[in-house]
Amino acid sequence: MSFLDPVKGFGVTFATMFKPVVTDDYPRKPAAPATRYHGRHQLNRHPDGLEKCVGCELCAWACPADAIFVEGADNTEQERYSPGERYGKNYQINYLRCIGCGLCIEACPTRALSMTNEYELADDDRQRLIYTKDMLLAPLQPGMEAPPHPLRLGDSKDYYARGPELLAQQGSGPAESGAAGEPGAAGQQGTAGQRQEGDA
Amino acid sequence: MTLANKPASGPDNAAEPEQPPVPEGHVRLTIDGIEVIAPKGELVIRAAERLGIAIPRFCDHPLLEPVGACRQCLVEVEMGGKPMPKPQASCTQTVADGMVVKTQLTSPVAEKAQRGNLEFLLLNHPLDCPVCDKGGECPLQNQTMADGSASSRLIDEKRLFEKPIAISTEILLDRERCVLCQRCTRFSDQIAGDKFIDLLERGSGQQIGIGVDAAGEVPFQSYFSGNTIQICPVGALTSADYRFRARPFDLVSSRSVCEHCAGGDAVRTDHRRGEIMRRLAWNDPEVNEEWISDKCRFAFTYVTTDRLTTPLVRRDGVLAPASWTDAVTAAAAGLEKARDARGVGVLAGGRLTASDAYAYAKFARVALRSNDIDFRARYGSDEELAFLAGYLPTLTGPNAVRYADLESAPTVVLVAFEPEEESPTVFLRLRKAVRKNGTAVHAVAPLRSRGLGKLSGTLVKALPGDEAGALDQLPELDETAIVLVGERAAQSPGLLTAVAELARRRGARLAWIPRRAGEVGSALAGAAPTLLPGGRLVADPAAREELEKHWGAPVPDRPGRNGEQIIDALVGGELSGVVVGGVDPGDLPDPAKALAALEAADFVVSLEQRLTAVTDRADVVLPIAAVPEKSGAFVDWEGRVRPFDAALGKTGAMEDGRVLDTIGVEMDVDLYTQSALAAQTELERVWRAIARPAQALPAGRHEGVLAKGAEAVRQLLDKLPGRHRGLTLASWRMLLDGGTLLIGEPHLAGTAKPDVVLLAAGAAAERGIEAGQQVSVTGPAGSLTLPAQILPDTEMLTDVVWLPGRVDGVSTSVRLGATVGAQVHVEPAAQQAQPGGPR
Repeated sequence: MSFLDPVKGFGVTFATMFKPVVTDDYPRKPAAPATRYHGRHQLNRHPDGLEKCVGCELCAWACPADAIFVEGADNTEQERYSPGERYGKNYQINYLRCIGCGLCIEACPTRALSMTNEYELADDDRQRLIYTKDMLLAPLQPGMEAPPHPLRLGDSKDYYARGPELLAQQGSGPAESGAAGEPGAAGQQGTAGQRQEGDA
Repeated sequence: MTLANKPASGPDNAAEPEQPPVPEGHVRLTIDGIEVIAPKGELVIRAAERLGIAIPRFCDHPLLEPVGACRQCLVEVEMGGKPMPKPQASCTQTVADGMVVKTQLTSPVAEKAQRGNLEFLLLNHPLDCPVCDKGGECPLQNQTMADGSASSRLIDEKRLFEKPIAISTEILLDRERCVLCQRCTRFSDQIAGDKFIDLLERGSGQQIGIGVDAAGEVPFQSYFSGNTIQICPVGALTSADYRFRARPFDLVSSRSVCEHCAGGDAVRTDHRRGEIMRRLAWNDPEVNEEWISDKCRFAFTYVTTDRLTTPLVRRDGVLAPASWTDAVTAAAAGLEKARDARGVGVLAGGRLTASDAYAYAKFARVALRSNDIDFRARYGSDEELAFLAGYLPTLTGPNAVRYADLESAPTVVLVAFEPEEESPTVFLRLRKAVRKNGTAVHAVAPLRSRGLGKLSGTLVKALPGDEAGALDQLPELDETAIVLVGERAAQSPGLLTAVAELARRRGARLAWIPRRAGEVGSALAGAAPTLLPGGRLVADPAAREELEKHWGAPVPDRPGRNGEQIIDALVGGELSGVVVGGVDPGDLPDPAKALAALEAADFVVSLEQRLTAVTDRADVVLPIAAVPEKSGAFVDWEGRVRPFDAALGKTGAMEDGRVLDTIGVEMDVDLYTQSALAAQTELERVWRAIARPAQALPAGRHEGVLAKGAEAVRQLLDKLPGRHRGLTLASWRMLLDGGTLLIGEPHLAGTAKPDVVLLAAGAAAERGIEAGQQVSVTGPAGSLTLPAQILPDTEMLTDVVWLPGRVDGVSTSVRLGATVGAQVHVEPAAQQAQPGGPR
């Protein structure tokens, strides 16, 4: 026992003042999460704006928390949302249930579903935490056209077989969006950050 | 199954004498080292199945003849110690004595052959499982995932076809996915008899397709086409109706019974979030085997189309939504008042479950104190009621006809019954009987229909209305014969009596097959003016007394009015009120009069699913549950009780029995039908106490009735010069003709047979009518113009014209003002198309 013992604890506090800060100044200056952080989902688009989602429900099938609801429907020549026969008419993710495991992303056969870095998924209303298709769809990039519209880039098979090539032809940002050729990839770094700037 | 316990073995073991002897007609073989005794002629794949060894297969189906098309079931076979040079298809290879079979479980050769074949089948397969409706329940997908190779060695382009082509409005064909197993073509050929799809082309271009004639493509027009979707082992055949609507894991399946015909088919109802997505056939070997008709499979959208959800009460001449309490009080008060004035009749409709029909029967007797109740929303005679009184007790007796009996009967006679249109499941079983056992089918009808042709049947020509006279021309029947009589027999005076008499005298067995699912159950539950629950007569004091003991209430002794008389009484002011349960006035013999009766009535209560011509004239409308929303039981034509649970739970919709029970409480009577279970239990109790099962039909009151009137008419007609002579109208309802339960289903409606006028060649030639020409058929009330189809004189009476029973939603006899058997005028149509023409 030393007489200094009662004030020894203050020493820890004092010493910490000279160490680097580990807390974030949230919400004023939120830190960017890791680049592969499992944040809010996004439904990606083909370079001409058609949806990649074919409504196959494999994401819903893979989901261990039963957080995803999908209903498919038939594309017609008059009303086309995706290349091929089928599109996702109704798409909902319930973020009260989602555990962010990413199995849905692995299951997606068309790379329609990816995850962004957005993690601000809290609310005081259950209904608002069920994200619908319009909230999940990737924003239209330059050169994209909101569906429904006809195939602009060849036939249905071209969209899958020549994806990156078509994206390059489209001219807008294959460099920014990375090799995967997904407009969603561009959003992945940006989304959370953009929200922060808006808030500030 | 006979299994030798001993493991298979070397030669010294086999030589031991302790082996059990092989029964007569059986052989002993070894499969995967297990000895099995199998009947001669059994397929190796079946024998293996009995041992629990599953050999992969696509084309094999137990109800279809073997074809060996897909080659997936290859196994190694050794005969007499010598291996066969190549692996054999176990679905075509029959068992033989001393055969040694090695499946993929024990033979690397078989395993390699199967794996290679799977790779071969997948060469041109598009692998579009994510967008395929079969994905998740696909034998090809499952077997590939389980045993297939992970990659394909094909480096060339896959063979491409146009993605789905509609081979009928209901069935879509994706040829890229097809593995050419021929299940669909074999089903259409062997089971349904509608060979509208077949293999086309050769080599790598081989594909399933439909035919082409001068007018263009011939669609896959079959009432049974939906079964091909269910048995397709890949996603090549899909329905327009279920396209992309759900995945197998979304669906909640429940076992149900089809409400569309009296066949009692077992079906699987799949729903997602409270909405029915599809229906499939359930395997019930005693009833429908694995097949159902398209009506049964696809007609379920009525459940969600324009449904009434709240009760309506008429106040100041306007129907307005009301609470259940208000509506039930208003109904009870109005019915009490009407009952005490001049009385209330009940038109119950023919689609009720047995428990609901019982509730109507009890409500009429106990709450309305009358026997004025009729379940027949069609032409029904008093003779029919008398026939049913004798017939119903035989349904629970030992001689009741069952599906299996149809299959084994050497002779089946159809009287006023067109099985393909009126009871498709019976048709399929008859066709099986004809194909397998050579059953001879004789139809007493005015013409040889396509359905009869598919049964290789013999036509006994009979003028409509004079079928009784034609019964004499039937071949000699004995006790092995079965006579099937349809509900249309009621339209022909004397026919039901004559048929019963014929069956009784020859000892042949008789079955009455109505069109609607609820008719047999309703008759048994006593929803008829002269019948009490249990099939006893109202006029029988002993039966009434026994029933009174069970009900604790008096049973009125005066036999009631039948449907037609109830309507007449309403028009004539002899009845004050009426309770109508799901009757479409268009189905009644005289719709205009029925509507006038509803208008004339002081008080009308309608139990309905949606707004109709009846609810427009009702004072209180009470919404009731559709069949998938309630539990209950149908009684099929065999007398077999077919219970089912609600497929869609918690809809809040109430069945008729519960609604009537609630009204009853307000009227101070207890029906005890507040749930289907309660009603059913009571019906069974009453049934056991009252019913008197009978072995045979009672002796008829009229010996050898002949419709002499029709004979006289025919003699008169023969004297008229041919050209000006009218023709006798023959007509029956088609399976798909726009009935109430078919609403909201355009894909199914598109597979209906085209409406035509059928004429014999002689009659057509007399009038200068050629096939395909527009023909006008005119009766007292109006005329109908349809294209002509001409049958040879050998296949149709020359003084008969046939029309579909309902065209564009209007009953033909109403449109023409002529009932079946009446004279109508037939002539080539004037040039311009008339309403009611081809659609």
